[in-house]
Amino acid sequence: MSRLLVEGLTVRLPRGADRDNAIENVSFSLASGEILCVVGESGSGKSVTASAVMGLLAPGLSIAAGRMALSGEDLCALSPDAWRAVRGRRIAMVFQEPMTALNPLMSVGAQIGEMWRVHLGLDAAETQRRALAALREVNLPDPEGALRAFPHELSGGQRQRVMIAMALALEPEVLICDEPTTALDVTTQAQVLALIKDLQKRHGTAVLFITHDFGVVAEIADRVAVMRLGKVVEEGTARAVLTNPQHDYTRALLAAVPGLHAPEPRALSPETVLEVRGLTKTYASRGLFRRRKPVRALDGVSMALKRGSTLAVVGESGSGKSTLARCVVGLLGSDGGEVMIGGAPLPAKRREAARRVQMVFQDPYASLNPRRRVGAQVAQGPIAAGMAAAEARAEARRLFTLVGLEAEATDRFPHEFSGGQRQRIGIARALAMKPEVLVADEPVSALDVSVQAQVLALLRDLQDRLGLSILFITHDLRVAAQLSDEVAVMRNGVVEEAGPIRSVFAAPRSDYTRSLIEAIPGRALFGA
Amino acid sequence: MRALKAYARSPSALIGSAILIALLVMGLGASWFYPNDPLGLAGRPLQWPGANPRFPLGTDPSGRDIAAQLFHGARISLLIGFVATSIAVVIGIAIGAVAGFYGGAIDTALMRLTEAFQTLPNFLLLLVLVAVFGSTMETVTVAIGLVSWPPVARLTRAEFLSLRTREFVQACRVQGLGDAHLILREVLPNALPPVIVYASVVMAVAILLESALAFLQLSDPNVPSWGNLIGLGRNVLRTEWYVSAIPGVAILLTILGVSLVGQGLNDALNPRLAGSR
Amino acid sequence: MRVFRLALWRLAASLPTLLLILAGMFLLLQLAPGDTVDALMAQMGGGDAALAEELRRFYGLDLGIAAQLWNYLVRLATLDLGFSAIYGKPVATVILERLPPTILLMAAALSFAFFFGLVLGVVAARRVNKWPDTLISTLGLVFYATPSFWFGLMAIVLFSVYLQWLPAGGFTDITQSYTGIAAVLDIAQHLVLPTLTLGLIFLAIYLRIMRASMLEVLSLDFVRTARAKGLTETRVVAKHVLRNAMLPMVTLIGLQAGTMLGGSVVVESVFALPGLGRLAYESVVQRDLNTLLGIVFVSALLVISINFLVDILYARLDPRISAGS
Repeated sequence: MSRLLVEGLTVRLPRGADRDNAIENVSFSLASGEILCVVGESGSGKSVTASAVMGLLAPGLSIAAGRMALSGEDLCALSPDAWRAVRGRRIAMVFQEPMTALNPLMSVGAQIGEMWRVHLGLDAAETQRRALAALREVNLPDPEGALRAFPHELSGGQRQRVMIAMALALEPEVLICDEPTTALDVTTQAQVLALIKDLQKRHGTAVLFITHDFGVVAEIADRVAVMRLGKVVEEGTARAVLTNPQHDYTRALLAAVPGLHAPEPRALSPETVLEVRGLTKTYASRGLFRRRKPVRALDGVSMALKRGSTLAVVGESGSGKSTLARCVVGLLGSDGGEVMIGGAPLPAKRREAARRVQMVFQDPYASLNPRRRVGAQVAQGPIAAGMAAAEARAEARRLFTLVGLEAEATDRFPHEFSGGQRQRIGIARALAMKPEVLVADEPVSALDVSVQAQVLALLRDLQDRLGLSILFITHDLRVAAQLSDEVAVMRNGVVEEAGPIRSVFAAPRSDYTRSLIEAIPGRALFGA
Repeated sequence: MRALKAYARSPSALIGSAILIALLVMGLGASWFYPNDPLGLAGRPLQWPGANPRFPLGTDPSGRDIAAQLFHGARISLLIGFVATSIAVVIGIAIGAVAGFYGGAIDTALMRLTEAFQTLPNFLLLLVLVAVFGSTMETVTVAIGLVSWPPVARLTRAEFLSLRTREFVQACRVQGLGDAHLILREVLPNALPPVIVYASVVMAVAILLESALAFLQLSDPNVPSWGNLIGLGRNVLRTEWYVSAIPGVAILLTILGVSLVGQGLNDALNPRLAGSR
Repeated sequence: MRVFRLALWRLAASLPTLLLILAGMFLLLQLAPGDTVDALMAQMGGGDAALAEELRRFYGLDLGIAAQLWNYLVRLATLDLGFSAIYGKPVATVILERLPPTILLMAAALSFAFFFGLVLGVVAARRVNKWPDTLISTLGLVFYATPSFWFGLMAIVLFSVYLQWLPAGGFTDITQSYTGIAAVLDIAQHLVLPTLTLGLIFLAIYLRIMRASMLEVLSLDFVRTARAKGLTETRVVAKHVLRNAMLPMVTLIGLQAGTMLGGSVVVESVFALPGLGRLAYESVVQRDLNTLLGIVFVSALLVISINFLVDILYARLDPRISAGS
């Protein structure tokens, strides 16, 4: 029986937007007990579709055509009061950002209990009982404590479990998940995905799962709908779409998904260009009451990068990889150990250090000064180092062509470029100083999958042409596999395992590495 | 410029600008409209507005033309407002930028100083400064500036604190650029918009402070300030209340104009928030 | 009680600020032309240099500035604020006499401004960009632009002179001697106009902040979650939005405490209230620098105490604070 039926749904955007409709002529059906994954990149309209089904379209957006039916009842004809009775009770939603999705001033128990209080009018004791049971069902450690706790006292993964418990509290017919695991670590993501699959089987809920990650699709989907620029371009069973995609866009997306097979190992230069020896960094807890133990971000970390090769540093949040990147580049001072570049210690003076090591940053929207022309931002490093202004500008133009942008683009402002283009500018800026080592701190994490592939290809190309030595920081093993020769796995400030990437993947020695590899979604389909 | 066009589209900003322009004309043209000394005897005291065609706004208890005082007073208010605001903004930005950029002990020390200024009621501090240094227009202007810088410093510091960890600033550091470049060319241009908007609030407060001082007869008596006139009208409040009423309306309109311009600037420079207005 | 200890810590941290204020003020007043003895002698109708010297020695004004500052701070620690030459009484006594009306006025004005600012801000945010919002926002703008002393004068003209509903000034009706409830009502009647006058500009500020805060919170993720749970809009606002939106308002109380105290100077002058503000004005005019210094001290203490209470209140409202984030 079709639980949710959407036919020809079109949602209009307000005047002045980049296109007329957020989504156009979208149709799909969702049966009881099945998981439908809606896949698309940013701007595909997948989130708008979810909002429309919930009746929570942002102000300014309106339904122009089409109909939606829940178990046969027409949703578009509902009054606001009737909608409120449906929301939470028959259709529920789990959102993307667990850090901000819960009211920071209300206890977890009160927020979950609200579902029963408001929809069923149950009393305090009964809601308490049910809330406890719901928290147990989502495998929260210490459910009694969680009931009394406030959201900031739980981790991201725990908060997401609370959200899921809250959504399933009234046994809704349809559960909508809008990228619920995108902001989580890969191991946590694996746990939450397994939880959703398990709960879905037990309650028979129909699940509409929005994601941009085909690996997740491979992991949990029964059926798939691919969206692009507001339209559904392909739809079918998961097996059919993943193994035999019909539409060009689907094929391109699938091709862009980083697989887990490492490229052929190539001969590496014996010379070590970057060496980190016993690096230690402790963050003392500041603040009024020094109760919190000092955090050891780095605890005796050692690794070596060979000239002309790529070393990937892989770790989840809190592993210390970002701190390592900042120490190597000189933005942070370490408390112990040393950083050696080309055999000499990293210079303390920034101007000298700038010639040895440079960095590409994670957020393409924050890594460029919005008020200055991009050419000037690329040229200012060499100018400060003594190069003549005209020569530096010419060099900037040359670098732009090298990274695949037009030379004239040096005169534009950052807001005129897309995310992927901004990352190219960031790479050009780093290369302008002609460093010996390039540190890339999660350079593709904030980009769409297809753009990711392009930027990674660019880095590979530049490495071949210029003989770059790259220290590549990432949380995603699949991305590491695309680019690196060697990998070091970090956890809690310590290097758990290191070595050539093929051998680490084929035969991981540490349990943690093994759990990381196993947690990768869709491994069966995309794996080595 | 996008910002300029956004500003021109807001009706409240245009009204505010119109008011300020009118005041500017009044102030700059005061000597042309009313060439005689506004504080000199002009006619019979306490005539009602409209009673005598020579005095469209009437005369005050000393027989001086209220309209003349209004025009010359516009010059005083705008001048004091502008100069005092400039002083406050320059001091505030300097202190806030250094505190926010460097953090640590420098920040703590500067914040203690700012706190000290803010714990003391600013009008009280103004009274003390006037008691110590006298009531000439120059002294009063500088005193108002000295009393108004703490909120500007706080705002600048907050902006600097959030901007200095931004990735483009880190990137410039990695490129080998020095502190002076980072503060002046990278962070400050991005920190300025909210501070510029806040400057309108500072100006409104400055004008109010000056008129309050003048009302209490603690400002420069040789200057045709609007507050002075309101204070003079106090003695004849029961019967000739227009003496106090009219200059008050002038102050109200001035502050209104300044606030509307400030709001317009805010909407123009912060397009994200403009949708919620 | 972690909350209490946190606030106490903040209180201790404000001691150096207090010291800075007092030392700064003391040194500043040294620059004043003439001192207490000059004022005293002017009151006495003149005297010769020898008398002046003797008086200076008597009051300890012949010592070096650093010594004077030290003596002053030491005396301050025992709450000895010196002697007022003008009033002929210890400064502490004078200030204590004048404190109640000011505190009453400030409390009334703050309550008025906070309550109505909150209510109007919520209404404006719920009906954003429709006519209630435009009306409330415009009113707020006009109130903000109105000079308080002018509003006080106009209110006197309207309510005391023409309508004769309320008294034109003073704290109590000195022609009668009320007791009990009648006395309370009498004081209340005299405080209506001053409260409105002092509270007006703060009403405008709280209104604007509350409205902006509500709009900000309404756009946050957890409000979307609450709506997705199927809660009515009223419940979303009352249970989820309101408490979060109030936090900046509470902080504002602390920040505006000093400004309100300053505003009371003018309001008390307009309505002839025997409070601390008017005392400050009189001290400036009569050059009673001891009293002025004493008022500065008491004002700083008042502001610090209010901030202390605000800190505790804020920590009670926001559980993230006591966690030591």
